Amino acid sequence: MSKLEEIQQEYQRWHEEKYGKGKHRDVKFVTVSQKPIKELYTPADVKDLDYQRDLGFPGEYPFTRGVQPTMYRGRLWTMRQFAGFATAEESNQRYKFLLEKGQTGLSVAFDMPTLMGYDSDHPFSEGEVGRCGVAIDSLADMEVLFDGIPLDKVSTSMTINGPAAILWAMYIATAEKQGVPSEKLRGTIQNDILKEYIAQKSWIFPPEPSMRIITDIFEYASKHVPKWNTISISGYHIREAGATAVQELAFTLADGFAYVEAGIEAGLDVDDFAPRLSFFFNSHMDFFEEIAKYRAARRIWAKRMKEKYGAKNPRSWLMRFHTQTAGCSLTAEQPENNIVRTAFEALAAVLGGTQSLHTNSMDEVLALPTEKAVQIALRTQQIIAYETGVTNTIDPLAGSYFVESLTNEMEAEAEKYFEKIERLGGVLKAIEKGFFQQEIADAAYEYQRAIEKKERIIVGVNEYVNPDEELEIEILKIDPAVEEKQKQKVAELRRTRDNVAVQNTLSAMKKAAQSKENLIPYILDAVRAYATLGEIVQELKSVFGEYKEQPMF
Amino acid sequence: MGRKIRVLMAKPGLDGHDRGVKVVARALRDAGMEVIYTGLHQTPQQVVAAAIQEDVDVVGLSILSGAHMTLFPKIRKLLNENDGENILLIGGGTIPQDDLQQLLEEKSADALFTPGTPTDKIVDWIKEHVKVD
Repeated sequence: MSKLEEIQQEYQRWHEEKYGKGKHRDVKFVTVSQKPIKELYTPADVKDLDYQRDLGFPGEYPFTRGVQPTMYRGRLWTMRQFAGFATAEESNQRYKFLLEKGQTGLSVAFDMPTLMGYDSDHPFSEGEVGRCGVAIDSLADMEVLFDGIPLDKVSTSMTINGPAAILWAMYIATAEKQGVPSEKLRGTIQNDILKEYIAQKSWIFPPEPSMRIITDIFEYASKHVPKWNTISISGYHIREAGATAVQELAFTLADGFAYVEAGIEAGLDVDDFAPRLSFFFNSHMDFFEEIAKYRAARRIWAKRMKEKYGAKNPRSWLMRFHTQTAGCSLTAEQPENNIVRTAFEALAAVLGGTQSLHTNSMDEVLALPTEKAVQIALRTQQIIAYETGVTNTIDPLAGSYFVESLTNEMEAEAEKYFEKIERLGGVLKAIEKGFFQQEIADAAYEYQRAIEKKERIIVGVNEYVNPDEELEIEILKIDPAVEEKQKQKVAELRRTRDNVAVQNTLSAMKKAAQSKENLIPYILDAVRAYATLGEIVQELKSVFGEYKEQPMF
Repeated sequence: MGRKIRVLMAKPGLDGHDRGVKVVARALRDAGMEVIYTGLHQTPQQVVAAAIQEDVDVVGLSILSGAHMTLFPKIRKLLNENDGENILLIGGGTIPQDDLQQLLEEKSADALFTPGTPTDKIVDWIKEHVKVD
């Protein structure tokens, strides 16, 4: 009998004689994604694992153990708190506060009108200006946003999708004014429109022109902004919308493949743009499931990029990602408990080998975070980095029968989704058919039912409730005067700028939009002439049209 | 047995976070109500027109972008101006406690449910407040 058969036999015996006769709590042992978990994992669960083929070494194919050879022994992850509210002046103050407290990168949150491509004085913007992010109408606001922050020294992530090209152009133009050439700029634009159609729903143009703008960005960046991450392919919002861990993994990677295919179809060499693709994942409450998800994601991406898309540059194979802890896991009840939830989620992201991390603040389920809440969230990362010891060795959970087995299962289940999406005709067709939207809505509903039936306990919500709870934390308020101030600012801009130059640059951009020319230089010209975000978007809508979704639930 | 309760679930404003609205819509449907969902990015005028046209008993708004202090009063006012003063206006989303109190006190909303509310609680509230006979 082989060693393995012996273990299997012993396992059977133990299961019958000991485990089966033991005490069992009357609960379902499943992950937060309803995935059943066994009581014990042994070498038999990973009998097909081939170390060199499936795991390898950090910084080497297939990158299961991490994308850098030294990981956190070389450099810690970037601690990057997503922030932005009210006016550019106020957000600029918050960025300086965060940099002073030891944050190592910036991350800009825009308000809804900016995300949707409307100026602050548009009727649709009423009540939304500066509410859930900073209001940016033109280059003038962007200059204020980064005033006193040298753009050759920080890396900046901008969560912007529909109008990503325009905000990116504003950033490049702001750097020009600071005397920083675009070649030196480091940062990320989210620019992931597919997940907008799937989950977050902040879209502007229909899929086809949206994909064209994205490939224009890939091409422009490869020549002029080589250190910029041109896209952050995001599972975060897919998960927040209710997806399971496997759905997040599979749908995000499927989107990634779609961008790679779009780039190749646009005539670009895969190795010219693939090294600048980056990813963004959620970290939810199920500790091991999350860690397995990150490890599986790296392995799947590396294999596909090498084997299917023929990438030759090893940098094209490696999946670098940002992580944010799960906003949807936070509770309005006993919000201080959210500090603890966030800490566990952050630890999972670090054990999963993230390149950068945002930790949510305890009050984010109620409003935008206060300075105190943000500081605790940032300190949580610093405690993980400097006090827990988890950064001493690379990928410390590798070789765990459970973690390796779960990693394999996540990969296999993701592969099944890839086949399904393929059968539906690819990502765009699957979006049109509402496939992702339905899968996510179903999973969200099941999750909610599980909580209501108390199959899943959420502390403070459906168990351990404080009946007469009084909220004891402070809440950040946005002054309603912000909207008026921003409206006046944009009106003033329209009066004082060179309106002929604005018209000329907009017309030139429109012509380029109608042709196949790369749009980015034209958008840059319009931005430099202080055309507003809304004006540029309106001009492009006149060529590209607008996306509409079929409502379903 | 009375007729079915009719509910319009709506996403006013620019906010695209639709997880909550969809979960609630489905829970209300499972509880035997007729549910119409407007889809995203609706203006207050569109929401009110749909409510009147569909002859609903209840309008449910989902707002997570912080625009609640503008959108609730506006939709309540438009409902009242269009013979919809009997339509109940309820909602949920990221709404801080002070704002929530204010909206209820000034009667811009009849009930507000913050994150974590069991859907049964919303079902019960509607059944208690809508007369169907």
